[in-house]
Amino acid sequence: MTMTARLTAPGWYRAALSVLAGALFAFGLVVLVRALYGYEPLVDGEAITTVALISMGVAFLLGIGCFDYWFRWASGAPTVPDDHSGHGARSWRDYFRVNTDHKVIGIQYIVTTFVFFVLGGLMAMLIRAELAAPGTQFVDPNTYNGLFSVHASLMIFLFIIPVFAGIANYVIPLMIGAPDMAFPRLNALSFWMLPVAGVMMTASFLAPGGAFATGWTAYAPLSTEMPVGQTFFTIAVQFAGASSIATALNFLVTIITMRAPGLTFFRMPLLVWANFTTSLLVVIATPFIAGSQFLVLFDRALGTHFFNPGGGGDVVMYQHIFWFYSHPAVYIMMLPGFGIVSEVISANARKPVFGYRMMAFSLVAIVILGFTVWAHHMFVSGMFSWLRVPMMITTMLIAVPTGIKIFSWLATLWRGVIHLTTPMLFALGFITMFTLGGISGIVLAILPVVIHVSDTYFVVAHIHYVLFGGSVFTIFAGLYFWFPKMTGRMYDETLGKIHFWLSFVFFNLTFGPMHFVGIDGMPRRVADYADQFASLNAIISVSSFLFGLSFLIFLYNMVTSWRNGPRAAANPWRAHTLEWQVSSPPPLFNFDDIPTVVGGPYEYGVPGAVHGVFKDREKEPVPAGTSGVAHE
Amino acid sequence: MLALATLASIVGVAIVYAIDWFPTQASTTSNDVDVLYDVLLFVSIPIFVGVMTVVVYSVMRFRARPGDMGDGEPIHGSARLELIWVIVPFVIVSVLSVYAWIVLDEQEEPRANEMVVRVTGQQFAWHFAYPDASGKTVRTDDLVLPEHRPVKFDITAEDVIHSFWVPAFRMKMDAVPGLTTSFRVTPNRQGNYSIVCTELCGLGHATMRQSLKVVPESEFAAWLEKKRGAGAANVSAGPSTTSTGVRSQ
Repeated sequence: MTMTARLTAPGWYRAALSVLAGALFAFGLVVLVRALYGYEPLVDGEAITTVALISMGVAFLLGIGCFDYWFRWASGAPTVPDDHSGHGARSWRDYFRVNTDHKVIGIQYIVTTFVFFVLGGLMAMLIRAELAAPGTQFVDPNTYNGLFSVHASLMIFLFIIPVFAGIANYVIPLMIGAPDMAFPRLNALSFWMLPVAGVMMTASFLAPGGAFATGWTAYAPLSTEMPVGQTFFTIAVQFAGASSIATALNFLVTIITMRAPGLTFFRMPLLVWANFTTSLLVVIATPFIAGSQFLVLFDRALGTHFFNPGGGGDVVMYQHIFWFYSHPAVYIMMLPGFGIVSEVISANARKPVFGYRMMAFSLVAIVILGFTVWAHHMFVSGMFSWLRVPMMITTMLIAVPTGIKIFSWLATLWRGVIHLTTPMLFALGFITMFTLGGISGIVLAILPVVIHVSDTYFVVAHIHYVLFGGSVFTIFAGLYFWFPKMTGRMYDETLGKIHFWLSFVFFNLTFGPMHFVGIDGMPRRVADYADQFASLNAIISVSSFLFGLSFLIFLYNMVTSWRNGPRAAANPWRAHTLEWQVSSPPPLFNFDDIPTVVGGPYEYGVPGAVHGVFKDREKEPVPAGTSGVAHE
Repeated sequence: MLALATLASIVGVAIVYAIDWFPTQASTTSNDVDVLYDVLLFVSIPIFVGVMTVVVYSVMRFRARPGDMGDGEPIHGSARLELIWVIVPFVIVSVLSVYAWIVLDEQEEPRANEMVVRVTGQQFAWHFAYPDASGKTVRTDDLVLPEHRPVKFDITAEDVIHSFWVPAFRMKMDAVPGLTTSFRVTPNRQGNYSIVCTELCGLGHATMRQSLKVVPESEFAAWLEKKRGAGAANVSAGPSTTSTGVRSQ
């Protein structure tokens, strides 16, 4: 290809050129506007950076090719045929292009989010290195505040939320018997917004004055007064949030309109239910965090006074808007995991999920209750005090639907035929650790106790029990479970088990002791602490390093198994749901003939029961596809 | 299995009760909080241990033998069991909520003979002011409280949000620019206790630690009198800005 062709065709060359143009546009616009107003100096670094973060982000999406089809169509130009015929991935290079195949996008999501997981994890290692002893060890307080802020933001916005979207992207269309998502081009755009957000957050370390250092919560008025690094957060959140909303809309439409014949709502696998309810949460709640960050951005860049008490602003209002998203976000980060665990446990215990309908209803109950508890993050914020008791009660009530789920999984194990595979170990580890995280959640709802422990290490312990022992364990369970489907290869079971046991042990040694230091008086988000907490912090730090190392086993297992693992059968877990009835990896269009669903998804032990039937097939599901799948 | 779960729960509760969770108690309501926490442990440890027991027991008892490709019993649910595990947690959380509400009301009840202390958070130090009936105010960077005298802290901030936490009192409240927040305590034990800022407030957040002193009433009166005399100029000068502020304890 000639250079001109490269620079005009969608791809990385055009993206680089486009980003450059975006930067120049920002510079020009700011200088022009400041000249028109007669402001001095004409060149204002912070203003240019603010505009550039928006324009360069959008320019990247334009350059890489997210909008080409739409622009051509809108302008009446001949569109490039964009059906799936050309869109599987034939080499690793295809994963670096705009691609509309949900299976490719799913893997793009998962790999990208794991890159940010590693980055966030390395920041956690630096945090623990600094906290290994009182005083200043490695980083100055400003860098430290930046580290924990970027760590949390990457883990939440660039790992847990989107990796679930990635797993669902791959699995949901297959599970419901659909050839793809409802809006494949929107799906691609959703994915490509993520690296923009992640790079922006990470790059904030290069900003003058350092990375954003106000935590992932970015409370005003601290966030409206901090150096320009803060702007990287407020704008990155817009990209991540827009990605999240677009994906959620896509899931909702896909699940509502594209289910296979016979797949009624109450025959859907619980992972589909989980992503349906999660998507509802995302669509309703995410605009609130977008709003909160826009208001911060306006206070910073446009001189508004939303959160400036001196100008009639209201500081506590920020927290209300922020938590109206960010509490439901906790469920956005957990419900898909609930779905994964239901799939893994029923297939590995060879039993129907106990109380399937209550499992589905409890997801809906969590969605509704999830919107009534936001102010439990604000018990000591100085908000109007009568609101505290009602919020305590609603928070406690969420324990009921959550309890239904825990007890139903336990009942699913009962009298099963349990296969302790790696995904099953992670699912069981999840149940126990999430119960502990749920219990510390109850402690954090009880007003007199939470007044004492809020903003301490007890909260840090709790959040890691629900987000690591909870969400991340389910992510590992899901990745091991669907690894054979996604790659057509089997992972190494022994390494998987070692990974589980090391994670489980060092997870507890890292986050368990944080409960003690928190109640005893150590606040969170501090680069230094009183000497009385030194010994426990040393233990926590050492455990956290070993915990971090255990991840390398996972990484090694995934990489080597993907390259050289033994070929996977179509259905290594002998599961009933539809994605296992096609080859591993699935054919380009998922189903060469669309299945008809005739029963529930988990009819293990019912003689002759099947979930879906394929009209062209005999009894045994025959893998259809191009990849020469070995059959056990 | 029930016996196993009970035994494990007893051991679990014994272990967590052996842990010394909280810092010193220095106010009349500290003990209520600690007792409430103990009750929470007593309720929740058996739940956690119960879940663990079912998981471990099931894995041992129902684990597939090598080569067993069979399925489990197709049990789809049990309305009775499901009703039980809706109702029992509902009752538990309801009772705990009522109990917590009672403790909260007790903590926040206004008391006779209350002394008001104004607390102002600033990056990165706390300032205190003792208004008295005559309208004069004593401003200081040291917090001294008389033992057994109810005190109400009126809290605000000058710049960003801070949070005023006295672990020994089990009380905390954000200091918010533009708002006055408050909490009440009655110190009941002499000594030095730490004040910790728990809301991220910028670069020096980690070092925003001070200490307060609880002293006998007479000693407090003498201290206040001395401050009033010494700080005659300070009375009208507003919060001291010359303070070195950042102190480690």
